[in-house]
Amino acid sequence: MLAQVDTFVGPEVNWFALSPLIALVAGALLMMLAGALTPRWPNGLYALACATTAGTAGALAMVQWDDITDNGPTTLVAGAVAFDTFSMFVTILICVSIILVAMLADDYLRGTPNDGPEIYALLLTAGAGGVVMASANDLIVLFLGLETLSLALYVLAASNRRSNRSGESGIKYFVLGGFASAFFLYGIALVYGATGTTNISEMVVALQNTVDLETPDGLALAGVALLLVGLGFKVAAVPFHIWTPDVYQGAPSPVTAFMASVAKAAAFAAMLRVLVIALPFYRDDWRPVIWVLALLSLLVGSVVAVVQTDVKRMLAYSSISHAGFLLVGVEAAGHTAGELDPGSGMSAVMLYLMLYSVMVIGSFAVVLVVQRHAGGDSSIEAFRGLSMRRPAIATAFTVFLLAQAGVPFTSGFIAKFGVIQAAVDVDSYAIAVIAMVSAVIAAFVYLRIMLTVWTGTPAENSEPIRVPLAVGVTIAGAAVFTLFAGIIPGWLIDATDTVTQYAR
Amino acid sequence: MILAADGASLGFPILTAIVVLPVIAAVLVLFTPRRNPEYAQLLAGAATVGTAALTIWLLSSFETGEAGFQFVSKQTWIEPWGISWHLGVDGISLFLVALTAFIFPLVIIGIDPEREHKSYLAWMLLLEAGVLGTFLSLDLFMFFLFFEIIIVPMYFLVAGWGHEEREYAATKFFLYTMFGSAFMLVGVVATAVIARNSLGYLTFDLIEIAEGANFATSTGRWLFFAFAIAFAVKVPIVPVHTWLPLSHTQAGHRSVILAGVLLKLGSYGLVRFGIYLFPEAAFWDFTRYLFLTLAVIGIIYGAIAATMQPDLKMLVAYSSVAHMGFIILGTFAFTEQGLTGATLQNVNHGVSTGALFLLVGWMYERQHTRMIADFNGIQTVAPIFAAGFMIVMLSSIGVPGLNGFVGEFLILLGSWDTARWWTIVGATGVILAALYLLWAYQRTFHGVPDEKSKTFPELKVREAAVLLPFIAVIVFTGVYPKPLLDRINPSVDALLEHVEERTDLVRPEPEISQEQLERAQIELEEEHGEEELSTEEGSDEGEDE
Repeated sequence: MLAQVDTFVGPEVNWFALSPLIALVAGALLMMLAGALTPRWPNGLYALACATTAGTAGALAMVQWDDITDNGPTTLVAGAVAFDTFSMFVTILICVSIILVAMLADDYLRGTPNDGPEIYALLLTAGAGGVVMASANDLIVLFLGLETLSLALYVLAASNRRSNRSGESGIKYFVLGGFASAFFLYGIALVYGATGTTNISEMVVALQNTVDLETPDGLALAGVALLLVGLGFKVAAVPFHIWTPDVYQGAPSPVTAFMASVAKAAAFAAMLRVLVIALPFYRDDWRPVIWVLALLSLLVGSVVAVVQTDVKRMLAYSSISHAGFLLVGVEAAGHTAGELDPGSGMSAVMLYLMLYSVMVIGSFAVVLVVQRHAGGDSSIEAFRGLSMRRPAIATAFTVFLLAQAGVPFTSGFIAKFGVIQAAVDVDSYAIAVIAMVSAVIAAFVYLRIMLTVWTGTPAENSEPIRVPLAVGVTIAGAAVFTLFAGIIPGWLIDATDTVTQYAR
Repeated sequence: MILAADGASLGFPILTAIVVLPVIAAVLVLFTPRRNPEYAQLLAGAATVGTAALTIWLLSSFETGEAGFQFVSKQTWIEPWGISWHLGVDGISLFLVALTAFIFPLVIIGIDPEREHKSYLAWMLLLEAGVLGTFLSLDLFMFFLFFEIIIVPMYFLVAGWGHEEREYAATKFFLYTMFGSAFMLVGVVATAVIARNSLGYLTFDLIEIAEGANFATSTGRWLFFAFAIAFAVKVPIVPVHTWLPLSHTQAGHRSVILAGVLLKLGSYGLVRFGIYLFPEAAFWDFTRYLFLTLAVIGIIYGAIAATMQPDLKMLVAYSSVAHMGFIILGTFAFTEQGLTGATLQNVNHGVSTGALFLLVGWMYERQHTRMIADFNGIQTVAPIFAAGFMIVMLSSIGVPGLNGFVGEFLILLGSWDTARWWTIVGATGVILAALYLLWAYQRTFHGVPDEKSKTFPELKVREAAVLLPFIAVIVFTGVYPKPLLDRINPSVDALLEHVEERTDLVRPEPEISQEQLERAQIELEEEHGEEELSTEEGSDEGEDE
C-alpha cells in the first residue's frame, strides 16, 4: 500500500493560476471556521468579509486574464481545468455578482436566525462551484462544480426558516435538481462510453480521429441528449423550467438574485463548454434541439409572464425568456462550433450574461426593498405608487425594467443586439425574429409593472420605505452600470470578443 | 464619408448640440426644486428655445442647392461593431428638424401639464432629443436607437398625463410600435451583416451601405420589408393604424407632438431607410403598388371615418390617417414632384394638424368635452378663436394660398405621371377633407350658441402667442414655398438619381421637371384650379414613354 502511494506522482499544479478559485474556497472555509470560533461579528462585517473575498478573487482573475491574453490559454492540473479567458470572464462575472448579492443579503439577514457567516460561506461556495463549472476541462470536474453550486443553492433557497414557501422552494429545487444531475451524470457516462474519455481535450481528439461521424453513434447521441437535459434544467429552459417560478418566488430575494445571475451564468458557461468546446462534432445534432429550446423558452417565458400577478414570478418567467435569448446565442455559436473562426455567438452570450446579471440583481434588490416593506408581499399591488414614496428607487427600477425589455441606451439593448447580430451572422433569421417578437410580449410585462409603480397611488397608511445603505448603493451602482454599458459598451464588447480564445 | 463631406460645415458640431442640448436640460430639470415648478418650466423653455435658435442658425447656414448631407459629424462610437455617431442633414430632413425644433418650445410654453411638472418636462425634452436624433442619424444603429427610444417618453407622457383610457392607449401604442421595431432591428443587423459581404468590413453607416453595398434582389426586398413594417406602423398606414386614433384622443395635448412630429418618423424613414437603402425593393412593382394602394385606401378610409366621428379629436386623428396617405402616395410615385411634395407635406401636416390638435385641446380645456354636439355657435362667442380655427382648418383641407395646397398639389401632380388611377381616387380625398372639416366646423362654430357654449372663453394671449407662429408658417408656405422647395429639391433629385442608377426607373429630363415646378409655382400664386395643370401634365407624359 505505502509503496503504491510513494509511486503516485501528483500532477504539477500551477497554484497561482488557480488563485481565484482558491480565494473563493479559502474565504468560505475561513468564514465558517472563524465564525464558529468567535462571538458574533459586528453588523455588516460578515457581508464585508464575503464581498472582500469575492473582490480578491475577481481581482486575481483579472490578473490571470492579462496573463492569458499575453501568453495564450492552457490547461491546469493535468488537463482537468482550463485556464482561458472564457473561464476568467465567468469568474469575474460571478465575483461581481457575489459582491452585489452580499450587499443585499446583509440587511436582509439582520435580525433573522441566519445572521451569521453560514449564508455568506454558502454564497462563496456556490460561486466556487460556478467557477469550476466554467473552467472545467473534464466532464467529471464539471459535474463536481455543478454539484457544489447546486447543493449550496438548495440550502440557500430553503434558508429562510420562518417561511414555508422558502422550505418548499428548497425541497422542490433539490428533488428536481437531483433528477437533472442524474441525467447529466448518465450523459457523461454515455459520452465516456462512446469516446473513451471524460476529458474535453482528449474527447475532441478522440472524436476527430477515431469516431466515425458518418454513421450515427447511438451511444454518443444519447449521451449528448442526456447532457442537454441536465444543462437545460440548470439554465431553466422550457420544458425544463417548471421549478423556476416556484423556486424564485419562494427563495429569499437575495438568493433569487443570486440564482438568476450566478447560477444562470455558470450554467450557460457549462453549456458552452460541453456543447461548443467539447462536442462541436455533434453540432448538427444538438443545434436543432437548442433551437427548439430557445423557441419554447422565448415564447413560454414571455407569454406566461403576462398573466402573473406576483412580481417575483414575473421576473422568474422573464428570466426564462432571457434564457431563450441566451439560447439564441448558443444556437448561433453552434453554427461555427469547432471552426477556426468561432463566430460571435459565444461572445454574445458572455456579453448578455454580464449585462443581464447586473440588471437582474438590481431588479431583485428593488423587489427586496418593497417586499420587506409590504411584509413579505411581492405581488404587483405592493409596488403601487412606489414613485410617490421613493422616486429614486422607482427610477432605478424603471431603468432595470426598460433594460430587461431591451430599450435603447440601456445595457439590455446592447445585450439583445449582440445576440441578434450573432444569430443573423449565421443566417438564423427565423429565431432572431421570434426572439424580438417575444421581447415585445415580454415588454408588456415590464410595462405593467412600470405603470403600477408610476401611476398608482400608495395605500393611505403607508410608512416611508426603508432603504438600507448597502442596498441603496447596490441599486444605484447597478442602475448606473446599466445605463453606462448601454451608452458606452465598446470596452465590454472588446472584452467578450476575446473569450473565444479557449483552451483545448 | 467622402460623399457626405461636401456641403456646409461650421467648425462646430451643431447637429450634436441640437440633439444633446435637450438631454442635458432633461437631466437638469430633474434637479430643480419640486416646490417651484416654474424653475423647471423656465429651464425647459430655455432649452427648447435654445434648440430652436440653433436650428435657425442651421437653416441660415444650410447651403441651398446642395444635395448631399451637410454639417456632418462622425465619431467612432462602438468600434467592435462598426458603429459611429454619425449625424448629418439634407434637404429631406432639414425642415423636419426645423418643425420639431419649433413645435416643442410652443408646446412646452403653450401647454401647462397641471401636475408633476418636473417629470413631464423631462420626458418632453427627452422626446425632443429622440425625435431630432432620429431625423439626423446617418447610422443604422443610431437611427434605430433614437427611433426606438422615442416610445419610452411618449409612453410615459400618454400614461401619465392623458385622459381616461390613457393606460390602455399608452400600452397599445408601446406594443404596436415596438412590434414594428422588432422586425426593424433584425433588418438593421441583417443589412449590416449582409453588406459586409460586398463592403469587406462591418459597418452600420447608412451612406457607406447605401452607396457601396450590393444586395441580392430577394435579400434587398426582405430587408426592405423588415424596415417597412416598423415605418408603416409609425405612419400609420392602414391596416396598422388602429393605435393612432386611440393614442391621439387619450394623449391630451401630447397629440400635438404625436401628429406634428412622431408620424413623420415613419414617412421620413420610408424615404431615408427604405428608398435610399433599398431602391430596387422600393421600386419593385409589388412594393410600389402595395404602398400606393394602401395609401389610397388610407386616404379614403381616413376621410370616411373622420366624417363619421362625433368626437373632434377623433375626427382630426382620422384626418391624419388620410393626410399621411397622401404623403405615402407622393413618396411611392417616384417622381420629383411627388417626392418633393411628400417631403413638404410632411412638414405641412405637422404644422396644420399640430395646430388643429392644439385648438381642439383648448376647446376641451374650456368645456371638458370633445364632442361636436356639445358645441354650438362658438363663432359668435369667440370670433378670434373661430378665425384661428378656420385658417388652420382650411390649411388642412388644402385650400390654395395655404400650405396644405402646395404639398397636396405637388403630390397629385407627381403621382399623375406614374400612378394615374391611384391619383384619381386619391384626389377625391381632397374633396372629402373639405366635407368632413367644413361640416364639423359648421356644426361647432355656426348657429346660435346654447347656454353652455355661451360661456366659451375667447382666445387667450398665451394661446394666441402659440397659435400665431403656426398660422404664420401656414400662410408663408402657402404663398411663397420657394425657399423650402429650393432646399428640398436637390436632395430629392439626388435620391431619385440614386434610385435611377439602381433600377429601371426612368425620369423625365431634369429641365422639364424644374420647369414644371416653376409652373406650379406660378399657378399657385395665381390660384388657378387643379384641372388645368393636370391636363398640362398629360402633355408631358408622352416624353416619359
